[in-house]
This record gives sequence, structure tokens and C-alpha cells, in this order.
Amino acid sequence: MANDEKRIDQPTGTEFVGHEWDGIEELDTPLPRWWLWTFYLTVIWGLGYTIAYPAWPMLSSATEGLLGWTSRGQLAEEMSVADQARVSVGERLAATDVEKLLANPELMQQATAGGGAAFRVHCTQCHGSGAGGNQELGYPNLNDDDWLWGGSLTAIEYSISNGIRQPDADRRQGAMPSFDGAFDSAQMSALVSHVRSLSGLEAANSAGAQLYSENCSVCHGNAGQGDRTVGAPRLDDAIWLRGSSPEAVRAQILNPKLGVMPAFGDRLDPVTIKMLTAYVHTRGGGEDEVIADETSAETVTAESAVDGANEQP
Amino acid sequence: MQAETTLGRAGLWFLVALAAMAAMLGAKDSGFAAHALIVAIIAFGLLIVSVARFDPAASLSGFFKIPQEATRYDDDPVRWAVLATLFWGLAGFLAGLFIALQLVFPELNLEPYLNFGRVRPLHTSAVIFAFGGNALIATSFYVVQRTCRARLALPGMARFVFWGYQVFIVLAATGYLLGITQSKEYAEPEWYVDLWLTIVWVCYLLVFVATIMRRKEPHIYVANWFFLAFIVTVAMLHVVNNLAMPVSLLGARSYSLFAGVQDALTQWWYGHNAVGFFLTAGFLAMMYYFVPKQAERPVYSYRLSIIHFWSLIFLYIWAGPHHLHYTALPDWAQTLGMVFSIMLWMPSWGGMINGLMTLNGAWDKVRTDPIIRMMVMALAFYGMSTFEGPMMSIKAVNSLSHYTDWTIGHVHSGALGWNGMITFACVYYLVPRLWKRKRLYSLRMINWHFWLATLGIVFYAASMWVAGITQGLMWREYGADGYLVNSFADTVAALQPMYLMRAFGGFLYLSGFLIMLYNVWQTLAGRLRDEAPMTETPHDEEADRPVPPTAVPAE
Repeated sequence: MANDEKRIDQPTGTEFVGHEWDGIEELDTPLPRWWLWTFYLTVIWGLGYTIAYPAWPMLSSATEGLLGWTSRGQLAEEMSVADQARVSVGERLAATDVEKLLANPELMQQATAGGGAAFRVHCTQCHGSGAGGNQELGYPNLNDDDWLWGGSLTAIEYSISNGIRQPDADRRQGAMPSFDGAFDSAQMSALVSHVRSLSGLEAANSAGAQLYSENCSVCHGNAGQGDRTVGAPRLDDAIWLRGSSPEAVRAQILNPKLGVMPAFGDRLDPVTIKMLTAYVHTRGGGEDEVIADETSAETVTAESAVDGANEQP
Repeated sequence: MQAETTLGRAGLWFLVALAAMAAMLGAKDSGFAAHALIVAIIAFGLLIVSVARFDPAASLSGFFKIPQEATRYDDDPVRWAVLATLFWGLAGFLAGLFIALQLVFPELNLEPYLNFGRVRPLHTSAVIFAFGGNALIATSFYVVQRTCRARLALPGMARFVFWGYQVFIVLAATGYLLGITQSKEYAEPEWYVDLWLTIVWVCYLLVFVATIMRRKEPHIYVANWFFLAFIVTVAMLHVVNNLAMPVSLLGARSYSLFAGVQDALTQWWYGHNAVGFFLTAGFLAMMYYFVPKQAERPVYSYRLSIIHFWSLIFLYIWAGPHHLHYTALPDWAQTLGMVFSIMLWMPSWGGMINGLMTLNGAWDKVRTDPIIRMMVMALAFYGMSTFEGPMMSIKAVNSLSHYTDWTIGHVHSGALGWNGMITFACVYYLVPRLWKRKRLYSLRMINWHFWLATLGIVFYAASMWVAGITQGLMWREYGADGYLVNSFADTVAALQPMYLMRAFGGFLYLSGFLIMLYNVWQTLAGRLRDEAPMTETPHDEEADRPVPPTAVPAE
């Protein structure tokens, strides 16, 4: 409702505009100066920014900006800076055979750092973020010194590159048959009891020992020392791949579960695999080359030939 | 005549029910069949209602104690929309607390219907479109009548807008749980639900514009500019972003007209302006009516309202590309999105200044009036999140904040602080007036609601800032040897305590809302709580007497 007289709002001393809706009136307060100038400043800054950076779309392309900045360019630059920082490590690793790494502590430490990063991306899904494995699912713990297939740098690198129980691979293929129906209930109990006695969980029993030496010792060894050439786990220590309870041991005898691992040689470059090898080796159970070589030499000589053929691309 | 109308109406519902049944039988997928069944059930229910004398609307009106006497303004749709606001608010807040807990305790993912991926859009749509949308329908119908001094034009269509919108919400919500989605954030419903909403929304626009055209005032009040901008722009955004070709007319699936980066840009042009026009322009309209009314003060500056309205409307629509920084979107579009977002800072703050400064001359009410206190807190959060938004649109900041929980915290300081608080304040203002009650059941309960909600937001925003920055820094952390330090799962594990604090904040916010529901319910029932007033006006018993007899009597 327009009013010819100028009316002043008492508390603020400001003039009313003169309109009124449902009792609401409006004051004729000017725009706050700080508001207006900040608004102008953002507009001026905005114009400046669009001159400096790619901004105005034209017919076929957009203005490129005075600074010549592109987001792809920025990415390439940052990646190349990061690559530069690692290039010497990468080059030296590529030129170094994995078994020589231990002789070069500095390179070993850098490889371990890179391996940790790669491990978190590629390996934690099964082996766990702390490399502790998972007994329920049968993923090996990499922090101990009990190795299914060998804990030397070469053995670890071979496992990572070629995987475990890959259909077209020559090695890492060991399998355990199912003993379902092979034993009656009493024999089964005796056998389970004997397996557990190897690591001192139970007292020894002769019936079980008999069954063990007839059925199991070929792979797992007379005293349960295991066999790395076929990936047969040690049974004489406190480290268990799939649990040490009588039920777990019985289940594994009746219906053995065999772990698999992808061949990372197909998806990772050799330097990353070397770094992963270094990382896994430093987890706590890394073994020296000599021991590994002795074991493989004294068990299967034929494999050495295959090994040699597979070693380097 | 009466019988013929009834027969015609029954025949119409019968046809709808029949068509829906046919659609269900011929459906290409189970989701579409379920939706057709829902439509058939609604139509069948309405068929029974039109044939039988049974009048559920009347009994519902009785249940909610809706006044029956004729009123000067057409407030019936407003009352229903207020009730719907409260109902969907409860649903949305519960869904939010549930998914917040799912992030802390993953075993709460109940497959497949109640997993995080399905309940999350249920939560966002329930709070934005169901809770916020009904609040906007309620307040826009209330405000436009009063500031135009005219009854609602097209009253039948206004009722269709309300009920049609509820059908949209039911179809959208059940669709999410059934796994029907076109995978566009805040625009998840499929083509047939989009078409239905388009019809409802055009009717909404017609009712609103027709009412403005019937106005008895020479000028259109600023609140109505904002409401109109909200309705028109949302119509445009909704139609363009949802352009799609259905695979089959009897199936839920459709393919968007846009593909690749064009699709992403269209989506975020829509998504950002859903925030800009639904949650900002629409709610500023609420602010422009209810703050001056509750404060009983004139609006601070007419000039500011004009300038900030037009600058806000012009700038907001360009800011969407800042959601796509460092993506396949061309650099020039990213630059423009960022620049427009920065320029948007002051136009956004214009609304906050106009709201807060309207309290000039009435600031004491912040102490005595819990509704004003809520409004002030809402405007403060509005100001904070409209500063945070432009800041996060800066590329350097965005490279840290994007894809982290910081974004979630930013959204919630706006949604819980601004949209939630201003809606609560408006509902507290509306309920006694719409239900013809002397006052609300309890003012002190509003105060409790205020503090619980504020504390809840503080927990929410603070935990998400910490979580977001932690997450962003962990993702980019390089060790001394130049390799990434953390895996993705490491960052998830690091955030768990923050997620728990966030859920606690949400719990506080929900508790405040439950107090509101109780308060509103008691107000509807016509009860008044016997309580101490919010302010103690000084009163001296000794001085409260006639002039002592020794003095010379007057006259």
C-alpha cells in the first residue's frame, strides 16, 4: 500500500519502501557496501581467472588462457615428477637380479617401500592389510617363517609371478587327494590325533602313526616336516594354514581345500614384482638363497631345468 | 447429478485400475510389475471410496483434528502438506540414521532390499523431495494466498498437486528398494515416474501462477519471486535431465538421451541446481515470509532483495560443472563452473543478510522466542554452507575434498542446518494458525528441539570435516621413498570412529524431531502444556498496588 508521506522505521531509522503484504513491509536500506564491493571483487577476479585459464567456448575450441594450463598437462607433470623421483630406483631394480637385493641394503629398503604400496593394492584382499592371512579361508600368513613353497627371494618372486596352482603353469601344482571313505571312524580319530601329536598338541598313538606313514608321509614327511616342492604344509610346528582343531584337521583330510593365487606376472611389471618380493621377504620370515637352493637341489633335480627356462623373460 | 458424478468418477478409477492391472500382467520386469500393482491398488481403493459412502478423507480429517469451518483462505492443502512434511521427515531421518549406522556396522546391510546402495537414495529423496518438497508445497500455498490476498486459484488442481506428489514419492521410494534406478543422483526414478512428476509439477505451476494473477496487491512479494523461480527452474531441470527412451512401454528400464561426459554434465547441471533452486531459492522464499512475520519486523532491504534475487538466479544455473573437476569434462567448462561458483558467494549471502538484519530492532527475540532462534540458526548455517560451497569449488580445494566425506558434511550443514531448521521454524509457526489453536502445546519443547538439532549438526559437520580431510590426505599420502602409503581399505578403517560420531549426531537430530512430532501432535489435540514462560518479565509485587492512602489522591 503506497504511502505518499515518507515513513521512518523507528528502531533502525530507515525509510520504508511503502509496499505492504499481509503486514510485511520493506525498508529502503541501501546495499551494504562491503557486500557490494566483495561481489564486484569476485566478478573481477572471475574475469581475470577466465583470461588466465581455459574458459570461453568458441566455435571449434575454447580459449586456452594466458597461462597455458591444462588439467591433462598438470597431471602429466605431476606424474612425471613422481616418476622422476623413483626412476633411479626403478632402473636399478630392473638391472638387479632379485637374489642380489640383500647385498644392497639401500635398494632393498626402497624396494620394500614400493612393495608395501603395491601389496596394499594387489595382495591385501586375501593376505590381509597386515599380511597376517586368514586361517578360516586358508590364506597364508606371510609374517612367519613357515613357507609352503619357499621363503627365499627367488622362490617368493616365482610364486608371485606364476601364481599358485594355475592351470597352465609347470610348478606350484601340488594337490592333496580326498581321503573321504578311506578310513573308518576309529582310524580317522587316531589319524587326526597323530597329526596333532606331531606339533605336541596331543600324545602320540601307534595306530595313527601307522596310518600316517602309509598315507601321509610321502608328502608331509615322516616327522611332519612338509615338502616345499609340492607345497605340502609342515605339520610339526604351531603354524596352521587352516586351523589346528580336530574338526579342522579332519575336514582337511576328508575334503582337502587347495589354495590358489593368480599369476601376477601377467598383470604387473617385473620391477613391481621385485618390489613385492622384497616386501614379502622382509615381513619376518625371509630365507637366504642357499637354503632354498639346497632343498630344491636335493629333492627334484628335474625342476631345476624348468626353473632355468622360466627364470627371466 | 450427484449420482452421475459418482458413477463417472468410479468409472474413471475402474479404467485406471484395469489399465494398471493390464500393465502389471504385461510387464517386462518385476519392478515395473510391482509399480503397476501399487498404482492398481491406489486406483482400486479410490474406486471403492467413490462407490461406497465411506469417506476416508473425512475420517482422516477427524483423526488429524482438521478444522472444518469455512476459512478466508484455502488452507486444506496446506494442512495436509504440513502433515506430509512431518511424516516424510520422520521416514527420511530414520533412513539417514540407518545408513549412517550401516557405514559403521556393515552387517546392517540387509540384502538386497535394505543394502546401503538402495537405502541411500531413499534417504536423500525422502529428505529433499518428500520432506523438503512437502514443506515447499505447504508454505508456497500458504504464502501466495496471504501475500496476494487471494484464495488459491484452481482448488481442485491444488489438491491434485498434493496427492499426486505423494504418489510420486511412494513410487520413487518403493522403486529404490526394488532396485529401479536410472543411476542419476537425486533423479533416480525411472521414466514413467518422471512423466508423472512432470504432470504434477506443471499443475503446481498453474495453481501458483493463477493465484498470483488473481492477486489484490499491486506488486508481487519477494517470497513469490523465489517460489516462482523454484517451480519454473525445477520443471526445466527435471524435464531436460530425465529425457530418456524407455526400452519398453511395459518395463522400468530406459536409456538417457545423453551419454558419457554430456550425460555427466547434464546430470550435474541438474544436481547442482536441485540444490540451488529446490533447497536454496524455495527455502529463501519461506524465509522471506516467515522471518519478518515471526520477528514482526519489516524486511531489511528491498534493494538487496532485488539484486540478490536476480544475481542468484542468473549465476546459480552455471555452477554445476564444479562437480566434475579433474574429470573428462573439458577444462573450459570446469573453469566456468568454478568461476560462477565463486561469484555466487555474495548473491547467496544477500539472502542471509536480508534475513538476519530483518531482526534489527528485535534481536532480543533470539533470547525469548525459540522459533526466531531456529530461524537465526538456519540463516547462520545457510551463510556457512554458501561460503563453504564456493570454497570447495576452487580446484585446489576440490582436489582434496572431492569424493571424500567433506562433501557429505557440507551437504548436511546445509540440509540439516538451513533446510531442516527453517522448515521446523515454519511448521511451528504454521501449526497453531492452521489448526486454530491459541498457541503451540509447548514453547520449551521447541527449545529442546533447537538444542538437540544444533548439537546434532555440530557432531555431524565436525566429524565429517575430520573424516573428509583425513580421507583426502590419506589417499594422497606418499612415503619417503615415493610410494603411496595407504590402501583404500586403510582409509575406511581410519574413518570408523568418525562415522560413529556422525551417526550419533544424526541420532540427536532425530531425537529433536521426535520432540517436535509430540509437540505438534499435542497441539493438534488442542492441549496446552503447563510450563514456565521462556522469558521472565521483571515484576515487583511491592510496586504492584494503588498509590498508598497517605499520598494525595489523584482527582
